[in-house]
Amino acid sequence: MSDAVFMVMMAMFGGAIRVSTPFLLVALGETLTEKTGRINLGLEGNLVLGAMVAYATSYSTGSPWLGVLAAAGTGTVLSAGHGWICKLPKVNDIAVGIAFMTLGTGLAFFFGKPFIQPTAPRLDAIELGNWSSNPQVQQALKINPLFFVGLALAVVLWWMLKNTRWGLIIRMTGDNAAAARAMGISVDRVRLVATAAGGSLAGIAGAFLSLYYPGSWNESLSSGQGLMAVALVIFARWSPIRCVWAALLFGASGALGPALQSIGISKGYYFFNAAPYILTLIIMVLSARSQKAAHEVPGELSIVK
Amino acid sequence: MMKTLISRRRLLKNGAAALAASTMPFGAAHAADKITIGAIYVGTRDDFGWNQSHAAAMDILRQVPGVSVVEEENVAETDAVAKSMESMINFDGANLILATSFGYYNPFVLDIATQYPGVQLRHCAPLWNPDTDPQNAGSYFSYLNQAHYVNGVAAGLSSISGKLGFVAAKPVQTVLSNCNSFLLGARSVNPNATVQVIFTGSWSMPVREAEATNALIDAGCDVISCHVDSPKVVIETAEARGVKTCGHNADQRDLAPNGFITGAESNWSTTYKIYADALMKGETVPNLIAGGYHNDMVMNTPFGAGATPDARAAATAAIKGLKGGKPIYVGPLKDNTGKIVIEGEVDNYAPELETMNYLLEGIIGSTT
Repeated sequence: MSDAVFMVMMAMFGGAIRVSTPFLLVALGETLTEKTGRINLGLEGNLVLGAMVAYATSYSTGSPWLGVLAAAGTGTVLSAGHGWICKLPKVNDIAVGIAFMTLGTGLAFFFGKPFIQPTAPRLDAIELGNWSSNPQVQQALKINPLFFVGLALAVVLWWMLKNTRWGLIIRMTGDNAAAARAMGISVDRVRLVATAAGGSLAGIAGAFLSLYYPGSWNESLSSGQGLMAVALVIFARWSPIRCVWAALLFGASGALGPALQSIGISKGYYFFNAAPYILTLIIMVLSARSQKAAHEVPGELSIVK
Repeated sequence: MMKTLISRRRLLKNGAAALAASTMPFGAAHAADKITIGAIYVGTRDDFGWNQSHAAAMDILRQVPGVSVVEEENVAETDAVAKSMESMINFDGANLILATSFGYYNPFVLDIATQYPGVQLRHCAPLWNPDTDPQNAGSYFSYLNQAHYVNGVAAGLSSISGKLGFVAAKPVQTVLSNCNSFLLGARSVNPNATVQVIFTGSWSMPVREAEATNALIDAGCDVISCHVDSPKVVIETAEARGVKTCGHNADQRDLAPNGFITGAESNWSTTYKIYADALMKGETVPNLIAGGYHNDMVMNTPFGAGATPDARAAATAAIKGLKGGKPIYVGPLKDNTGKIVIEGEVDNYAPELETMNYLLEGIIGSTT
């Protein structure tokens, strides 16, 4: 039995790292955007379009990293479009976000047709498990560099928001636009840049899906990772560090269903497959009630105004 | 908005139908030298899976002189499919429409068949009821489990551990039957073989399919097969981990140059050629076509590098046996809770197999 427990633990550990990366990248991007007081619901579109562009670029050039770069570029452009439209008077950022989600997915499906069949070169993993003779440990410790990029970004973002002038400007724009304007800051420009930067991260998240795990392009590739990550930001209460924990938790609970079935606990797999969502709901209910949570919401967000 | 669209369509339709009736030899009774066949897919036509198996058959049909083919991809199992069918009938002049996804049938195919009695509609699942459903509708389907049995034979002899893995979408009859036949194929050559099944709960969810594949390999399986809409992710994940694979629905040989053994495929072109032939000759298009190896409706993908010489020989012999009617389910067989589910020899097309809701002894997994 302890063997079985070890297997499930390893599967969840490995799954946490493999499955969490796209959630983490999108959540970090959205945190940056929302910190300036704007919501970009279009990141699911960035993710799907990024996945397609990355796969296509990798297939055409033979270089998966060029694919990642292309996905980041596409994400930037798409989200800059969102940022620019939201600058116009009386525009609702949530509605624009939904439009961009559909636009991104539509573009990806339209241009992605010829790339469903071919097999593109994929990103390599760093093998950190060679010290162990257990193949399961080795497998779990095959980690894609983008995961570490995500971790590093979380720390940098946290530090930047807390300690730098840019961080202050972003927070002020998000908490009180009028105060920021009084300081001579162009609120629209800050939001445009933050939205575009957030979009590039969502594009990279898409590249992770199509070039690493599960590692192929098709139209059902994303099962709503881009949307779930937006929810994770609220769950992580706009803190980049908490985004890491939220994404890992989500990844691990997503691996629970298949892992339990693999050791023979196969009853009730629908329930286990729903575990991530149930967990999110419970934590949201518990955490959203606290007084502290109310203080952490950027004051300019259209959902709290 | 929806309502006005449809009624406008209907209006157009009535005009078009009147025009067509006066100019074109519509209807089943006349021989035709030019026919149009429409196919509607729920996903993309090159998905390495279900849709591709139909699209490949349509490509064969395209070569037949006098047949023109219209296709539409990514049509949801909603009102969208009704609109697709209407536009194929009214704008492309389709004589026959092939609705390839399960959820298209009721009410969409039934409604369109009632509204357009001059057009033939065939749906890919055993749903057509001769007593209550329109006579210009019908069903066609294949017993793909026969090809999964052959997969099992080849997998049983290509595996070292005797532990086979199966990534399954949902515990419905077709999936269970494929999984059980896979096990019986493997047990016919290795009585100790087991099949471990993981249900993903969804027809297409790439990340969970990859997780399931990894979990099966971690549990010691050295051959992986599957029944999901698009097996590409499963096959590629297993190949990347150096594990052998058996395919499902379409030809996946190229995805696994080292480990591919063989795959279970439906041969829809057999059915589609029968339909086209009947339409061209002006004969009645059969309402129901079903079958397996004996009438060329299923096939196995040519062997890949993962198939050992023994496996190739045994699988080829198994195909010969199935063509001659050798039964797959030979009792007494227990399910994996210990209950006897099959007493004696059961014909491969016996109706009692249509109600299968169990996993046989030797399969690790549960349907609930």
